[in-house]
Amino acid sequence: MDKGIKYDGYLSEKELAGAPGVPSIDQLNVKPLAVIECIEPIPCNPCERACPFSAITIGDSIWNLPVLDANKCKGCGACIPSCPGLAIFVVDMNYSSTSALVKIPYEYFPLPKEGMEVDCLNRKGEAVTKGRIHSVKTTATFDKTYIIGIEVNKKFAMEVRNIRM
Amino acid sequence: MRKVNLVVVGAGPAGLSASIEAAKHGVKALVLDENHKPGGQLFKQIHKFFGSEQQMAGTRGYEIGTKLLNLAKEYGVEIKLNNRVIGIDDHNTLAIIDNHKYSEIRAKKIILCCGATEKPLAFPGWTLPGVMGAGAAQTLVNIHRVVPGEKIIMVGSGNVGLIVTYHLLQAGVKVKAIIDASHKITGYGVHAAKIKRAGIPIILRYTVNRAMGTNQVEKVELIQVDKSFNKIPCTQISFDVDTICLAVGLSPSTELARMIGCKLYYHPKLGGYIPMVNQYMQTTIEDIYAAGDMTGIEEASIAMEEGRLAGLACAISLGYISDNAQSQKALENIRSNLSQLRMGNGKGGIING
Repeated sequence: MDKGIKYDGYLSEKELAGAPGVPSIDQLNVKPLAVIECIEPIPCNPCERACPFSAITIGDSIWNLPVLDANKCKGCGACIPSCPGLAIFVVDMNYSSTSALVKIPYEYFPLPKEGMEVDCLNRKGEAVTKGRIHSVKTTATFDKTYIIGIEVNKKFAMEVRNIRM
Repeated sequence: MRKVNLVVVGAGPAGLSASIEAAKHGVKALVLDENHKPGGQLFKQIHKFFGSEQQMAGTRGYEIGTKLLNLAKEYGVEIKLNNRVIGIDDHNTLAIIDNHKYSEIRAKKIILCCGATEKPLAFPGWTLPGVMGAGAAQTLVNIHRVVPGEKIIMVGSGNVGLIVTYHLLQAGVKVKAIIDASHKITGYGVHAAKIKRAGIPIILRYTVNRAMGTNQVEKVELIQVDKSFNKIPCTQISFDVDTICLAVGLSPSTELARMIGCKLYYHPKLGGYIPMVNQYMQTTIEDIYAAGDMTGIEEASIAMEEGRLAGLACAISLGYISDNAQSQKALENIRSNLSQLRMGNGKGGIING
């Protein structure tokens, strides 16, 4: 049984289900959304300001967890590089009829190249499927964090959180 | 002898923030640091920091360092490097080794921002080359751009252990595992998650039994511990490694405060003995203030706010700002930032007056 992030180093199903920044599967099936895997109170709030659509709320105490408003979120990914914990992802469940697009923050060299096939790792660091690199992006405001878009089989969209080349 | 209004000992986040705040109000601040570069630990921190906008959250540590140095320059703060303060007497005279030469400076007010040192962990083989503090490994990869080894084990799952592991992975080093004697990961979950999804095992309830090797570390033997941290026989496992990084906590560097007779007290959660300070970051000696990790191990964001508080309090006390409602409000603002960052669970050492 998964005991949780403070014991295993990855979020348990229960923790994911209870995270106020993680949208439900029903919501994800409608449109691309941010998935904020932040469940531990930390004095931190850059994601709130990073969202151009005010879809992320932390509020007065910076120890509050980020709450995602799935109605306002456009899945743009502006929050991804703002998170010092690298805990924000974007999942587009309907990228094609069979595949989803998962966007992850990435800070390792060498960078993957677009079109490359890579091993896709879950939160435990296990290779669970193969995926295709869709995009590799950064801008000055990302401050050296890259956003890697990975096309994966839909059923792995809520598992894949890293890549290995 | 040179006489100045304010000497700040230490050019880390607390010391720089203290000197900037004092200089903003017209105090000519002199910062002394024993290192050959300013910034304390900030320039080793290549990750983005937590916090709010006021503490430059989301900014990488070394960029915060650069911003503080630029501000210090802008406000005319004087920073003397390779200056080690070895003593302070009853009349606020600082004994200094200035680039290998002895000198003295007298200050009206002194703010101690001496930081902290890494705690060691003793085990058979700990003197073998390859056993080092996580801070040393971090200095090697992020300052000198040299990898400390090829196969590493990290001892300690606190934030230092998790963050330095991430930096080592970014430098392309193979980290075999992170271990901790605790039953729980002691650092932030998000830091652990980055390591875990990179496939690095996090092994809890294990400690180092011994390091083995002829001329350097070649192998580490781990052993399981029970809830009281007693070793459980016949539970040894081993890894082939050439480097053992120790991230088992930090001790506040209180030598100067102790030497001049500031009252210290024991606070296990904040790292051990720390100087008692009041709501102005003033120690039990009138002209001596203290801020940052030496008053308890906390985040850099907290060190910066504490430094600002001490710097502002010194400016008021030196008569650069009148002690009126406005300056009290400015002090309150910093205190409120601090309590926000600590969520009310602040340092127990804060006393009244």
